[in-house]
Amino acid sequence: MIVFPKEWKDTIMITMENVTMKYPTGTLALQDISLHIEKGEFVFIVGSSGSGKTTMLELMLRELVPTKGKIKVAGFDYTKLKRRQIPKVRRKLGFVFQNFRLIKDRTVYENVAFAQRVIETPARYIRRQVPAMLTMVGLADKYKSYPRQLSGGEQQRVALARALVNKPDIILADEPTGNLDSKNTWEVMNLLEDINNKGTTVVVVTHNKEIVNAMKKRVITLKKGVIISDVEKGGYIDED
Amino acid sequence: MRISSIGYSLRQGLKNIRRNLLFSLASIGTIVACLFLFGLMYAVIVNFRTAIKNIEGNISISVFFDAGISDDQIDMIREQIRTREEVSTMDFISAEDAWKQFSEANYDDPEAARETFGTDNPLANSASFTITLKDVNYQADFVTFVSQIKGVRKVKSSEYTANNVAAINTFVGYASVFIIAILFLVSIFLISNTITIGITVRKEEIKIMKLIGATNAFVRAPFIVEGVVIGLIGSAIPVVILYYMYGAIIDYVVGRFAVLKSIFEFVPEQELFMVLAPVSLLIGIGIGFIGSWMTTRKHLRV
Repeated sequence: MIVFPKEWKDTIMITMENVTMKYPTGTLALQDISLHIEKGEFVFIVGSSGSGKTTMLELMLRELVPTKGKIKVAGFDYTKLKRRQIPKVRRKLGFVFQNFRLIKDRTVYENVAFAQRVIETPARYIRRQVPAMLTMVGLADKYKSYPRQLSGGEQQRVALARALVNKPDIILADEPTGNLDSKNTWEVMNLLEDINNKGTTVVVVTHNKEIVNAMKKRVITLKKGVIISDVEKGGYIDED
Repeated sequence: MRISSIGYSLRQGLKNIRRNLLFSLASIGTIVACLFLFGLMYAVIVNFRTAIKNIEGNISISVFFDAGISDDQIDMIREQIRTREEVSTMDFISAEDAWKQFSEANYDDPEAARETFGTDNPLANSASFTITLKDVNYQADFVTFVSQIKGVRKVKSSEYTANNVAAINTFVGYASVFIIAILFLVSIFLISNTITIGITVRKEEIKIMKLIGATNAFVRAPFIVEGVVIGLIGSAIPVVILYYMYGAIIDYVVGRFAVLKSIFEFVPEQELFMVLAPVSLLIGIGIGFIGSWMTTRKHLRV
């Protein structure tokens, strides 16, 4: 069990203590995982498929409840979290997925505005913040386009704008470059680094060796549900 | 919830109806059918009840007194009967009145008959109270009570008619509640299906909403709007149809079977729809609300 020095506590964004996740099917996805991620960190979680990366992210999003152990995210202790408090936690998190998860029948603008509408932001703020966010991700001129009219890289940038518009403390990204070519991959990763430089904690689940090795960030490697390495400025460890 | 969110929920709810147009129409159709039947049954029941009330009003009980009873004693009996709440009307028929009524009903020339008897009233000792009750169900109890009053010789009542009317009344009441309950359950089931389809179609969107941090109320509101609007439309249509149909049927029946008019009186449209219209609309809204509330509760646990 990790014992955190008192003075660290305010700076810790994500804590997992002895977390075990066993699915009802019997699959053991994570075994006794303990880690902490500090405010402003950029962390890669890597591992082959089935290693438990996505499960870890879903636990952080409170989509799943661990079989054992404690999770604390952005100051919320998940063991004490009531169902009606879940939206409060999620408003502190931004998420990005491999398949973008944009709403197909809404324009770029509406997709980003949707994130603000959902948390009941007043309309006048939405009108101001959405264009600013689209400018930041370089899609200001495509605000009227529908997702199907955009390239994969552009769609992922819309997803990023949507994740960022509510000014989250943490960005959780699950294989954000999985469906992108090399050029778009770097565009998205550079954007994530920019966001991180402005103080947002970023957690990226990936199996893209190239970006992990090039970016020299903290790398947590999982194998069969266990952390086998956790290295500052690390690289991709080939399990085989 | 903010006002802008309420506007958003309303717009989304209406959009949902358009998106699932076919299923929305199917739900509306079912509610129309159910509430049409409900309205029809209601109209029949109200008219039936009115007819029963008329019959009940005519089922009277006659209370005869002991021979040679004094006026004071009759007054005492009158007071005792008055204390009973189920009494609707009570008329005193004196022996003279009774003889007069009898002679008018049974002789071709009542005047001549009365002259033949002169002052000798064949129905002396036949003074009575004619009583009608508010509800024929109370008749048996009432008859028992009155028979025990001192000075009462005989109580005459039509037990057979009263029992039949009461039985029919009870049967119609239970049958209508049963049929209406089934219709409502079917409506709720169908609305619930429509909403489930709406949720399935928008599963991804709902999942994204929940992950962004939408509250359950926010996710749910458009579906509730959808259900309530479907319920409202589904209830308004049969009310309008029934209103015109009811008027037309009355006109037809009264025009065609003039004889009915003297024995049966239809409840006027205004009176009937003053209750039926708001009740139908409320039921429609209620079915829509309950159907969508139950369905969203089941499906929104993300």
